Amino acid sequence: MELGSLQRRYIDFTSALFREGFLDNQYTQLQQLQDESNPEFVLEVVTLFFEDSEKLLDELSRTLDQQVVDYKKVDAHVHQLKGSSASIGAQRVKNVCMAFRNCCEERNQEGCLRCLQQVRQEYFLVKSKLETLFRLEKQILAAGGSVPVLW
Amino acid sequence: MAVDREAQFHVLAVDDSLIDRKLIERLLKTSSYQVTTVDSGSKALELLGLREDQDISSPSSPDKNEIAVNLVITDYCMPGMTGYDLLKKIKGSSSLKDVPVVIMSSENVPSRINRCLEGGAEEFFLKPIQLSDLIRLRPYMLKGKLKEQQPSQHQETNSSTISSCSSNNNSKSNKRKAMDEGLSPEKTRPRFSSSSLALVSYEETA
Repeated sequence: MELGSLQRRYIDFTSALFREGFLDNQYTQLQQLQDESNPEFVLEVVTLFFEDSEKLLDELSRTLDQQVVDYKKVDAHVHQLKGSSASIGAQRVKNVCMAFRNCCEERNQEGCLRCLQQVRQEYFLVKSKLETLFRLEKQILAAGGSVPVLW
Repeated sequence: MAVDREAQFHVLAVDDSLIDRKLIERLLKTSSYQVTTVDSGSKALELLGLREDQDISSPSSPDKNEIAVNLVITDYCMPGMTGYDLLKKIKGSSSLKDVPVVIMSSENVPSRINRCLEGGAEEFFLKPIQLSDLIRLRPYMLKGKLKEQQPSQHQETNSSTISSCSSNNNSKSNKRKAMDEGLSPEKTRPRFSSSSLALVSYEETA
């Protein structure tokens, strides 16, 4: 695909992500911290987020599957997930985590399971969107162009 | 050597989250600070030359600090030693009590904030930390350096223009406007410092 269209596609895609609430201003902050001395900064942080989140989601499944649920443990995991999603700007994931913590407080197992399902959904959604974003960036760079700056 | 304007300040950042450590490190480096990151309060104390069970460093070696830091920035919620515990250890140490400590937290809990400020923290930042937050750190580090040279000098007022912290967590959500240079003390984010404890107003979030 020709450079111009790639860049246009990138702009449209990114704008949609923000508009639809997948990403918030914190993601922009990350982009602003990236420069020639740290050209892969965003990718590195987001990759850490992916690894961390998937581990947490597995832990959450395991913990909620117990006969007697340790809600303190569940809450600790959700707190961590909420923190890391907030740190990279994954707004929807963060929001579900907030609801999730309320269910923990109420020791509502069904509610927690629902939240887990939701957070898992939101996580995989934002993951695939971000992967698309990175792919587009790579394609633009490979075509000899520069990634449009939207801030 | 005299305080060189170009001299780098060294910040010790403490956070159990790898992502947040990476973030704070990048933020600090971008702000031209030298950074060391650790993942726990006990590691921080080790680096600072204080053992967990000590309250004062041994009198036989007053300069026992392993590394010299101009500021400690620490997460509040950490397993084992919390940021508050770390704050108290530092402030309770004769060799380290003048090191400025800043606390960060993802949770806006007024009682927690007050406790930290009263415990001697210079500032309390809500996460995620942004570049504009870090601009506020410089005066504390300068103050520390000055104190080193003139022990009789009383604290110079960094008149933090905190005042109206009427916004709480909501202010951080979805800011679409372009990032400012970070030079203007925008009041779009809640920040708390000891000089304006009385003026802080906010709503407690669940």
